[in-house]
Amino acid sequence: MSDSSENKLADNDGLGTPKGASGSPAGLPAGLSVEGISKGFPGVQALDDVSFSLRKGEVHAILGENGAGKSTLLKILSGALQPDSGRIMLDGHEVQLKDPRAASEAGVATIYQELSLVPWLSVAHNLFLGREWMVGRFVMSPKKLRKKASEVFSTLGLSLDPNALAGNLGMAEQQLVEISRAFSRNARFILMDEPTASLTETEIKLLFGKIETLKKAGVGILYISHRLEEISLIADRVTVMRDGKSVYSGPAGELSLPELISRMVGRSIGNHYPKEAASPGELLLEANDGVSGAGGILLTLRRGEVVGLAGLVGAGRTEWARKAFGADPDPEIRLRIGGTEVSVSSPRQARDLGMGMVPENRKDHGLISGRSVLHNITITILDWLSRFGIVDRRRQSAVSAEYIEKLSIKCPSDSVDIATLSGGNQQKAVLAKWLARRGNIIILDEPTRGIDVGAKLEMYQQMNALCREGKGIILISSDLPELLSMSDRLYVMHERRFVASLSREEASQEQVLGYASGLTESQILQNGSGRV
Amino acid sequence: MKTQRRSGLTTVLSRYGSLGVLFVITLAMALANKSFLTVPNLINVARQVSINTIISAGMTFIIITAGIDLSVGSLVALSSCVAMIIIQATGSSLLGISAGILVGGAAGAFNGAFVAMAGIPPFIATLAGLTIYRGIALIITGGTPIIRFEGGFLTLGQGLVLGIPVPVIIMVVVVVLMDFLLTRTAFGAHIYSVGGNEEASRLSGIKVGKVKFLVYVTGGMLTALAGMVLMGRLSSAQPNTGEGFELDAIAAVILGGTSLMGGRGTIWGTMIGAFIIGILNNGFNLMAVDAHFQLVAKGVIILLAVLLDRYLKRKRD
Repeated sequence: MSDSSENKLADNDGLGTPKGASGSPAGLPAGLSVEGISKGFPGVQALDDVSFSLRKGEVHAILGENGAGKSTLLKILSGALQPDSGRIMLDGHEVQLKDPRAASEAGVATIYQELSLVPWLSVAHNLFLGREWMVGRFVMSPKKLRKKASEVFSTLGLSLDPNALAGNLGMAEQQLVEISRAFSRNARFILMDEPTASLTETEIKLLFGKIETLKKAGVGILYISHRLEEISLIADRVTVMRDGKSVYSGPAGELSLPELISRMVGRSIGNHYPKEAASPGELLLEANDGVSGAGGILLTLRRGEVVGLAGLVGAGRTEWARKAFGADPDPEIRLRIGGTEVSVSSPRQARDLGMGMVPENRKDHGLISGRSVLHNITITILDWLSRFGIVDRRRQSAVSAEYIEKLSIKCPSDSVDIATLSGGNQQKAVLAKWLARRGNIIILDEPTRGIDVGAKLEMYQQMNALCREGKGIILISSDLPELLSMSDRLYVMHERRFVASLSREEASQEQVLGYASGLTESQILQNGSGRV
Repeated sequence: MKTQRRSGLTTVLSRYGSLGVLFVITLAMALANKSFLTVPNLINVARQVSINTIISAGMTFIIITAGIDLSVGSLVALSSCVAMIIIQATGSSLLGISAGILVGGAAGAFNGAFVAMAGIPPFIATLAGLTIYRGIALIITGGTPIIRFEGGFLTLGQGLVLGIPVPVIIMVVVVVLMDFLLTRTAFGAHIYSVGGNEEASRLSGIKVGKVKFLVYVTGGMLTALAGMVLMGRLSSAQPNTGEGFELDAIAAVILGGTSLMGGRGTIWGTMIGAFIIGILNNGFNLMAVDAHFQLVAKGVIILLAVLLDRYLKRKRD
């Protein structure tokens, strides 16, 4: 049944041969699987001896925290990354997916979060991009292109206009075009990375309907999502990943959502985190999320404390921070600083309010590459260092030297290009420019991303030192153990809202992940009592 | 971490690569023609180079912010025409020159407003300026040059102080002043920052728009100053003058090691770049090289110089 519908499409369209559509040789399991896959990056073991299988005609969901290794696995299956060791099996035979093209030829299609349609081409054109030969040898007849596209859409039961410009479609429709493209290429396995991240409820329903259609056609679907509630709706099997390992694999429905969450968390915290007890002082900042309106949770920050902002990728933490800092001004986000209420309209205003931000994207938003360490550190205080616009170089060097020493920024001299420093030292220089400005409210957005363990430790010690000096820190981190360990209190964000405010004592990884996944308090508490 | 030992020669060459090119070209010209390396001829070269250097100094500021100004040639014409009309009307050179420089600043502000506030790419905004300013110059003069053989303004182009041409003195003052602005002031540091990483600069509290606006105003005023010098030298204002000046200025800036991507560059480098072009012109003329051939040779030499510079930079990094 499933094979015939796939063949039908292929025959009707003449879209190439239906490779392997008639199933696998007798005795061999039909499907895409990996055995004992490992993959390391400098400083992290992203995948550690992972085995996983995707059968024909099933939806297999992969769950896991940020950084659990889901995306790395997806990239290996799509040919974008090569494993260090282990085997990839297709219908029982070992295959090499040396690049995305090889994966595509083997029948594995990937739909990434960032969609890859060409906005100025029509939907039909996008559908056959790179395979124009299917429509015509040299000249592509628009009529034929439309006809072919319509055939694909009708097979999938979609009502998309082949003539529309891809860029004019909504996110959901663009996604459907991508799915159609994968389907029309006889993809037997479709890998989806967070397909619902930017869709509305109705769009999600539409997408799920199409996933059902694909399933019936015998397509195996690997589904990565942060939205736990979707899993029960759509998945046949569930695999949980943690720290690069596959820690659970079983039929959907075997475990409840809270039980799944408890499998996702539980990374050992150890004593990598030298957090010192804080003694919070006066109130520095009170801020809303800009979405919840009156009655929503307010974020407060006191002198000497670290307030963590937890949430899954895409929850809107960085966006909130940028808005609060005036980088992307949003009048809905109101801050109360020193008794006055403001909505910050520029980073310069934020600076004058005593705020500082170490941005998530160090290279593009933090560093002024090609300029010296000295320049980068003193860039925020040139007005203080100059008289009649002329910079007092002696004082400039003194300030720069002070912070190089204070933060132990390792550099041959303060005149070297900042880009030549290691990641950790670059990060410290970005922090230094706000300390030089004597900012009291410091936003650290993923401050330890991409820096090695030693540099992380130094960053934590800096945070302690700042707290002792009476500064307040807002810490955004996708590393949950880090966030839980280094924060005195934390707020959880879900879909751009502050959904929970937790103290250090009451916050557990399960709880944070539960709130971050959109579970309600009662759902989370229910689990707590159930497990005791 | 990434720093490695580099050979001393490479460092020297990469830092002063354009100086090396200047030296080689000077040497070649001196060998090819006996009258090249004489004091009168060198003073002549400096005077010929002065106008391009004054314009290029402003262009350097603009290019360091990753911008460009294509309107300088037209602005030379417009500012000198306005100045001359006022000198004709009032008889006051001072008044005319002030007005001319004011026009330069205003035109720069016009360019800068479109770039900094409206966010129009500098290439487009100043391309529009290129035709607009030329058009206005032609309109106000009726398309004919205004010639005048008397007045203080002539000193700017023809005067001598202790045997040194006034244009050369103006050039040196401009270069020293602009280098000071760029390397010693907060404004200069902001220019480098904006060119190096605009978003990081904005997030550091720098008024990126203001910095961009001001570099175009500065560039416009210097271009007008160059227009005044030219007016003095030619004893006239010509609405058709200055065509192609933008290309010579951009070439000088690039030859001087300033990156079109922004963030890097020096005024001294630009001056060296202007001299490279000036010496090529002068030397070719002394050798009586065919003018058409000169164009080709100049282009090839510019390409080679930039390739050399890029090669040395890659070696350094």
